[in-house]
Amino acid sequence: MAPEPPLLSMSGITKSFPGVRALDGVDLDVQAGEVHCLLGQNGAGKSTLIKVLAGAHQPDTGAIRWRGEEVTLRSPIAAMRLGIATIYQELDLVEHLSVAENVHLGHEPTTAGFVVRGKAARASTGALLKRLGHPEIEPGRLVGELSAAQQQIVSMARALSHDVRLIVMDEPSAALDPDEVDNLFRIVGDLTAAGVAVVYISHRLEEIRRIGDRVTVLKDGRAVARGLPAKSTPTSEVVSLMTGRNVAYVFPDRPVSPPAAEPVLSVRRLTREGEFAPLDLDVRPGEIVGLAGLVGSGRSEILETVFGARKPTAGQVLVGGRPLRPGSVRAAVRAGLGLAPEERKAQALLMLESVTRNVSVSTMSRFARAGWIDRGAELGAARAATRELSLRPDNPDVPVRTLSGGNQQKAVLARWLLRGCRVLLLDEPTRGVDVGARAELYAVIRRLADEGLAVLLVSSEVPEVLGLADRVLVLREGRVVHEAPARELDEHRVLDLVMEGSPAS
Amino acid sequence: MTQHASPPRDGTGKAAPVDGPPAWRGVIARADVRTLSLLGVLAVLVIIGGITKPDEFLDTRNLQLVLTQASVIGVVTVGMTFVIISGGIDLSVGAIVALASVWATTVATQEYGFFGILFTAIVVGVGCGLVNGVLIAYGAMVPFIATLAMLASARGLALQITDGRTQIVTVDGILDLGERDSYVLGVPPLVLVFAAVTVIGWLVLNRTTFGRRTVAVGGNAEAARLAGIDVRRQRLYLYLLSGLCCGIAAFLLIVLSGSGQNTNGNLYELDAIAAAIIGGTLLSGGRGTIVGSVLGVLIFTTITNIFALNNLQSDVQQIAKGAIIVAAVLVQRRTASTT
Repeated sequence: MAPEPPLLSMSGITKSFPGVRALDGVDLDVQAGEVHCLLGQNGAGKSTLIKVLAGAHQPDTGAIRWRGEEVTLRSPIAAMRLGIATIYQELDLVEHLSVAENVHLGHEPTTAGFVVRGKAARASTGALLKRLGHPEIEPGRLVGELSAAQQQIVSMARALSHDVRLIVMDEPSAALDPDEVDNLFRIVGDLTAAGVAVVYISHRLEEIRRIGDRVTVLKDGRAVARGLPAKSTPTSEVVSLMTGRNVAYVFPDRPVSPPAAEPVLSVRRLTREGEFAPLDLDVRPGEIVGLAGLVGSGRSEILETVFGARKPTAGQVLVGGRPLRPGSVRAAVRAGLGLAPEERKAQALLMLESVTRNVSVSTMSRFARAGWIDRGAELGAARAATRELSLRPDNPDVPVRTLSGGNQQKAVLARWLLRGCRVLLLDEPTRGVDVGARAELYAVIRRLADEGLAVLLVSSEVPEVLGLADRVLVLREGRVVHEAPARELDEHRVLDLVMEGSPAS
Repeated sequence: MTQHASPPRDGTGKAAPVDGPPAWRGVIARADVRTLSLLGVLAVLVIIGGITKPDEFLDTRNLQLVLTQASVIGVVTVGMTFVIISGGIDLSVGAIVALASVWATTVATQEYGFFGILFTAIVVGVGCGLVNGVLIAYGAMVPFIATLAMLASARGLALQITDGRTQIVTVDGILDLGERDSYVLGVPPLVLVFAAVTVIGWLVLNRTTFGRRTVAVGGNAEAARLAGIDVRRQRLYLYLLSGLCCGIAAFLLIVLSGSGQNTNGNLYELDAIAAAIIGGTLLSGGRGTIVGSVLGVLIFTTITNIFALNNLQSDVQQIAKGAIIVAAVLVQRRTASTT
């Protein structure tokens, strides 16, 4: 007989979304009983790949073989039936149901097909939790009352309540403290000893060294290295594989001399417990300051707290030397702050409305006398602001939802430009913007800075921060671990800092 | 204007339409398909009424009656439309109309005459709206719950005030308004008030910062907040506005019936919501028109009138109303997906 085929073998998987090729021919082999780690920067395609594996996305092309036989994973249920369970980073539990009800959701033990046997469900849940080393979690408790770490255990119990042969874990350690991480690793060890395969996604190289068997590295939707030995591959090799983009970004030139004016935005000891440690930073007019860090490093939370959308537990935000009322968006806007949030459609745009109304929403009282809007003046001002940013199409009457991602972002920027803001806070400014349009957006941001705006930029794409910002603060788990002019940093070093916390090499 | 090789252009420099003469197409585009289809439904109803009861339905007095009946619920619907566009709901409108109408017609209030009644009706309406608004905007209560509580309490209070009795109005100025002598060019004053509320409502929604904020809050409350809009204050104002409309409607009802009753305004909340929905207002907020809501009111009132003239019982009317709501929403979903 031929040698045992791998438990799972994905080959040539491609998947495109409008404007983005998320997976570009990925291969992945997973053996029974191994911990197979997936590494890659944000946007490399990890999430898409595991969603294909979970049956949540259908690949455009490519084949999936399960124990040697070709299969199609039409739906999450189909994947579960084969024995593939996925624990997502955002836990998908129902808070108002009990632990046992969550664990058995969709496959409750029943009498006569529909009467739920609650006692049996609680008993088997209790057994699972015990096996996971958490007998203290009561199967009858509501999930909403549990800590994040406990919820993760429940999520895992749910995965194990099926006859599972492969578990995908997406950054399972992100929400855990060190003791809990040890317990997690013990569980992973038990599972693999029982022949279950684990696909493990983490940004922490030290974890991968501890429990991983093999590593597959993704970059730009391709597997650039497959099946590297997890314990012996040098860090520098892994990092090199992850960096170095195929897509060449064109970044605008920086001003020759750094701006010397007094800072317009100063953040002093700003803190939100559980999200980020006391933070100090200054941004001068004409300067772009970048915050680099991974998902979960507290970047978006910092920007939203500076903007007043979240209330800080301590610390101050000063604009032009005057402290802002904490936790007040209106105070921030009045003082001249503008935010282009990460979730453009959910947090910034009025999708049913025209470009004009989206641009003028923060300024409309300026065009109004006693509440009565002078629509001619409004349209003229909106047109001027969108033209300055070369928003396409050049017609502010079109609905904003018909615009491309890049132009929607320009509509958000035009809103703050029209408002005459002094400080622009950009959260993932090129999220959902296709590659061609990015360079233009970068040029726009730089031009705004050259015209005297202070820009605080947050991005999970390290090359973007390094290419666009003048000064970079590297964040790791809510803490600034390094600060330097962007010129003095490279992608390799920043990735070392965010993954290891201390410069390697 | 810069020149491009394509698309083909006509003399005005604008892109030539692909098909159809531009003149009438432009008119249709501006009036929007939904409004036209509602007008079409109304026209069909008028034709049905004219055919089934030619003498009675098209009689001037009957048409005056239809419009008068539409006025009371119509004013309530204008306020309701604003609330729904903002993503909220006001279940208490009928109860507020009842409370305002009985409070304004107590013996004590009637001593203050015409303006005493008018003033009381409006103050009671706005007062109830204030309670709703504070609970929803600053007490973070779900609009459905807060206004449901107001529905129960306001009706209870109305019953307590009247003890179940009808309070007859003896103030001449009020009674005169309902008489034919006070019609302006054949239009009852109540209808004029309705028309004025409609026009003002349209202007406020489409031409003022208040209207813009309403739409923004309903379309995306988080985006509105991050754009610097005071979302809570706007929500408060909206329930005040709905209460104001209820107060005006209560006054109209007093004029119309010459009395105040605790059973007034029964199920107005459902009629107003239904009219707004068939008029194209999204229950999830962010979109809606005053014209559509008013046409919705007129359609429902006309149906009721035609059924009554043809001696059909109210149970049949209710079934027909239900069918129309379903049909209107289905048609709207189809037009929405094709545009």
